Amino acid sequence: MIKDYLLFAIRSLRNRGLRTWLTMIGIFIGIAAVVSLISLGEGLRFAINSQFGFLGTDILAVTASGGFGPPGTGVVNPLTEKELDDIKRVKGVEGAGGRLLENVKFTFNRKAAFTYAASMPDGEDRKTIEHVINMGVQRGRILEDGDKGAVVLGSNFLEEDNPFGKAIIPGSKIQLQDKEFKVIGILEKKGNFQIDGAVFMNENDLRELVGREGDDYDIIGVRFNENTNVKYISQDIEKRLRKIRDVKEGEEDFSVETPASILASVNSVLLGIQIFVYIIAGISILVGGIGIMNTMYTSVVERTKEIGVMKSIGARNSVIFSLFFVESGLLGVVGGIVGAAFGFLGAAGLAFVGKLALGSEIIAVQFSFWLIFGAILFAFVMGSFFGTLPAIQASKLNPVDALRHIK
Amino acid sequence: MKKNIVIKLENVWKIYKMGEVKVPALQGINLIIREDEFVAIMGPSGSGKSTMMNMIGCLDVPTRGAIYLDNQNIAHLSESDLAQIRGKRIGFIFQQFNLINTLTALENVMLPMIFQNKQREERIKKASELLELVDLSDRLHHKPTELSGGQQQRVAIARALANDPEVILADEPTGNLDSKSGHKFMDFLKDFNRKQGKTIIVVTHDKMVASHAQRIELLRDGRIIRTIKNH
Repeated sequence: MIKDYLLFAIRSLRNRGLRTWLTMIGIFIGIAAVVSLISLGEGLRFAINSQFGFLGTDILAVTASGGFGPPGTGVVNPLTEKELDDIKRVKGVEGAGGRLLENVKFTFNRKAAFTYAASMPDGEDRKTIEHVINMGVQRGRILEDGDKGAVVLGSNFLEEDNPFGKAIIPGSKIQLQDKEFKVIGILEKKGNFQIDGAVFMNENDLRELVGREGDDYDIIGVRFNENTNVKYISQDIEKRLRKIRDVKEGEEDFSVETPASILASVNSVLLGIQIFVYIIAGISILVGGIGIMNTMYTSVVERTKEIGVMKSIGARNSVIFSLFFVESGLLGVVGGIVGAAFGFLGAAGLAFVGKLALGSEIIAVQFSFWLIFGAILFAFVMGSFFGTLPAIQASKLNPVDALRHIK
Repeated sequence: MKKNIVIKLENVWKIYKMGEVKVPALQGINLIIREDEFVAIMGPSGSGKSTMMNMIGCLDVPTRGAIYLDNQNIAHLSESDLAQIRGKRIGFIFQQFNLINTLTALENVMLPMIFQNKQREERIKKASELLELVDLSDRLHHKPTELSGGQQQRVAIARALANDPEVILADEPTGNLDSKSGHKFMDFLKDFNRKQGKTIIVVTHDKMVASHAQRIELLRDGRIIRTIKNH
């Protein structure tokens, strides 16, 4: 039965060709917007989550920048050795290590690019940082105390399509700021460009390389006891640092970030964007739905005689209602499917452009079956909803008057 | 022995309201139509022919009086019940053919069977048989716009017969056909009457068409003024 109605609906929609497509555009734009923007948003969320997700729950970072942008850029009042020692004395803290973060010129295979260089501290602190960034190599070995002129690289350097046109393997010689270093290891892939694209070396090497004397740090990585509440630890550290740096609460020139707190703030921003997208798309779909209603009313008038004929050969009111109802639902579904397909292509296209422009995969497309399914279902519901009144009007036509109707 | 009564109209009145004015289209019609009969209802325009067809075809209910279809009074039935009765018992043929233009000949003939929830295989079989009966077996998958007027009206006959109705009700069926197609059409109609025992009612103003009938009811101003028997 429903198969026959579908057949009629398809015939009748095809018959109105161009008008059918124009009607679907409204639904189509709304669904395409939802699918593309939400997919990108989810991709962004996934990318950001994976930046932090590989980190443990027993770590936090103290930075002097105050924001959550990449540390090492525009640090005003760096952290000091004394502050590092104070942090180590906070109850529940099992270890802490200070690190420097710099941008350096990296030359290999006669090609140069700027990369991110991070230092590793010596001794016990090294073990702490290795834990904090979950360091492990896929080739060669990790840095040890006493290594000089040696670097460990993120996994991106091992790839053929790195900026140097050639994979860098352990044993290779590279230049940083025109000084030669030996590659001793390649890290495991983390899916995080701050690690996958970075150069790691011992603290003395980096200080010498960039001419940074003294005992200041850009970031302090902290490992704490898993059974301690991260909230209390952060509060204790903040309190101590405020005292040393002599700043009031709310005016801190440093920040204590835990993977969870960063994720929460990023996710809340993303949620806001998503709600905004849903509202805009909702308006578009509403307008599209009214377009469907308009088309269906026109169709009822145009097909008045046809309705009369169908009634005279035995179609009950419910049959006429179903015919029109299925037709408007189909308008919604097809608009939804086409919209979802274009939304998918649009999102994939944007992600591709983003990858070309930024060279990273932070703008990725995260596809959810439920998003697609939900979007198409919603389009169907809207189509049917807005088709209900025209379908009722069609079903209630008096057969005698309808038959007499002249096109 | 007299044959069973298929349709009986008892003092049927139909009054239309045009604003404040009441216009009586039918004024106390009494009519009995029996099985196997071929009846023509004839009259000039404005005589109440169309209203009469609507009454007999269960498309409309009378203002006053009773209409019995197989001894069931249909005067107070709802539109959906009427639709069900029409679909099963009455096959309509219209002056303008009134085929659905987006459907093929075969699908048009299948349509009344869909409304009676017949299975797809059964529908296709029956529709093909009927189209063969009206010499259109080579036009099954043509759309109405690809058929001549005569062919379209033959598709309409096949459609009217789809649910094996007792009555075929034709409204000026040859009005849009040339005389040759018109004659061919009337021959088919007579065939169904004689060979398959269908009751046929033709509403027309055309004497040629009416002359094929066994009985002619002459209508003037909403009243039957004369009954002519052809045999």
